[in-house]
Amino acid sequence: MDPNYLEFEQPIAELEVKINELRLVGSDNELNISEEIQKLQEKNTKLTEKIYSGLSPWQIAQVARHPLRPYTLDYIQHIFTDFDELHGDRLYADDLALIGGVARLDDKPVMVIGHQKGRGTKEKVRHNFGMPRPEGYRKARRLVQLAERFRLPVLTFIDTPGAYPGMDSEERGINEAIAENMALMSRIKTPLIATVTGEANSGGAIAIGVSDYLNMLQYSTYTVITPEGCATILWKSAEYAAQAAEAMGVTSKRLQELGIVDETIPEPLGGAHRDVATAAENIKATLIKQIDRLEQLELDELVTRRYQRLMSYGIHS
Amino acid sequence: MSWINKILPSISTSSIGGKSKSSVPEGLWKKCPRCDQTLYRGDLERNLDVCPKCDHHLRITARRRIELFLDKEPQEELFVDIEPVDILKFKDLKKYKDRLNAAQKSTGEKDALIVFRGAVEGTELVTVAFEFGFIGGSMGAVVGEKFTQAVNVCIENRLPLVCFSTSGGARMQEALVSLMQMAKTAAALERLREQRLPFISVLVDPVYGGVSASLAMLGDINIAEPNALVGFTGPDVIRQTVRVKLPEGFQRSEFLLEHGAIDMIVHRKKLRNRIVALVRKLLHERYTAAEPDTVAGTEPGSPDSGEEAAGSGVNAESGTAIEETAPEAVTDTGADETAEELSGKEKTSSEVNPGADSEDLDGEDDDPARQ
Repeated sequence: MDPNYLEFEQPIAELEVKINELRLVGSDNELNISEEIQKLQEKNTKLTEKIYSGLSPWQIAQVARHPLRPYTLDYIQHIFTDFDELHGDRLYADDLALIGGVARLDDKPVMVIGHQKGRGTKEKVRHNFGMPRPEGYRKARRLVQLAERFRLPVLTFIDTPGAYPGMDSEERGINEAIAENMALMSRIKTPLIATVTGEANSGGAIAIGVSDYLNMLQYSTYTVITPEGCATILWKSAEYAAQAAEAMGVTSKRLQELGIVDETIPEPLGGAHRDVATAAENIKATLIKQIDRLEQLELDELVTRRYQRLMSYGIHS
Repeated sequence: MSWINKILPSISTSSIGGKSKSSVPEGLWKKCPRCDQTLYRGDLERNLDVCPKCDHHLRITARRRIELFLDKEPQEELFVDIEPVDILKFKDLKKYKDRLNAAQKSTGEKDALIVFRGAVEGTELVTVAFEFGFIGGSMGAVVGEKFTQAVNVCIENRLPLVCFSTSGGARMQEALVSLMQMAKTAAALERLREQRLPFISVLVDPVYGGVSASLAMLGDINIAEPNALVGFTGPDVIRQTVRVKLPEGFQRSEFLLEHGAIDMIVHRKKLRNRIVALVRKLLHERYTAAEPDTVAGTEPGSPDSGEEAAGSGVNAESGTAIEETAPEAVTDTGADETAEELSGKEKTSSEVNPGADSEDLDGEDDDPARQ
């Protein structure tokens, strides 16, 4: 099994192997097999389209955590220019699970904040697998305040298994760090746009998720608890993760129906990792459009609108 | 998985904790879940459901909480008509709808939060209390909406807000809608702050997950009852993640005080007094020391909060009679139900945080915060 392909993608992987073998043969001799290759490629595209058009919520959750999935720093590289990373919460430490800094979106200066998971063991450990400690959220808070002071729109990128569930997190008040971020972001006088790029789980996600627009990439998930966690508690076994994902409605499609998500940003065929540039281009276009809209509002209007959005969350009789 | 305990479930079907239930005759007697002492219900109630022997603060219903906290007059319950809706048609091993029905039946509440407008020692305020017996006191759309409305009442009438939270966290069966309640309640509280109205957050055993990471930690003043378990992630999940033995008293009130998460630990007997003393200072209102009808043994505004708090688990005046705040008005039926619910709730807790109950605080340890 090819580890760079998910289980349900294995037929695609097999076809890719075939195509590559043919290519090798093709470069060896003059036989005209380019036609054959092209045929296989078309077949592969159709197969990918077929598989991806019928993904279950649980399969989407897996794509959201794909080992090759682009992370915040990948998107920063593609979407922004002139990025200066800013470090530290000024209180205790710098947490690399949540990164941020000032950059330009085309010419416009903006503040970018996002989870960073890291690729490869060493980098993953350095970024703590995208699970921030309180310092991460307090750094984000500092950057949001800085953005307000200098009238920079804040663009957040959400992709986290959750806030770090360790002793040190508790000792330094992870709950307070999350709570205060939401409180602050609910009233900050600058546009806030949140984009879920991978998996957005629980308080660790919403701590940078209060926003004027909430976007989700097509194959990302946003949920109150991981499907495995939900399954362990309610079904008594993590093996029911697929059922839990289905029941919780973790996909952008479902969440858009519920009125929580504003926009689903399309991904290239086979997921963002197949073509990071295109995925980034799609995100960028959405962000530019939304900033334009938000900047037409007076700041008080902006905050009132955000408050009303927050108050509208909830369905009861 | 790491976040499992952030959202504590309602499941109370396991047999853990059944032992203490069966060994105590129902109704008249109750066994203290901490020291195992068999207690006469009447004594326990007069003692505000605090064990007269070991000073353990037993879990109580939201209504009992309000009854202990508010003056008898005036009292008005607000937003009684807001009821939960199963918008997702959520179903796990049970239907959410059935869980709701069962919880409504067993607790008599429509959801996990009740809101009252009333007064304490004559100081008018709005108070909300979580019902832990209702799906683990979990926060869904109704809790978020009622809490927010309570804040609005405070703003409209220039009243302080006092919240007693005891909750497992966000309600999974409402999925992302429940997560959004964290942001919603935080935003509402931010408005209260802008209006310079006090929010006193009282943390009552246990508070975890999405409730602890939103409204419960946003108090202008955060107070915990002695020995309450409060954290974001449950101890079990942390143990699994870091694979070390958690220190004694981890996530207990004393731990929170030491780590700067709360302002004080206050014994249940002194809550009324202390909260009123605080609120009146913040509102620039006069407060004359302990009025005759207040709880015994309190020096309002005494500066020794940490000290008093820390010691309370060990040497509180457990025998002190407190007639006024332990009114005989408790109805018989209410008392009986309470007994059952309590054992049910203790059960839920030990299931949710197995082992946690054994990690009692040794209140007399060297404590830098108290020196």
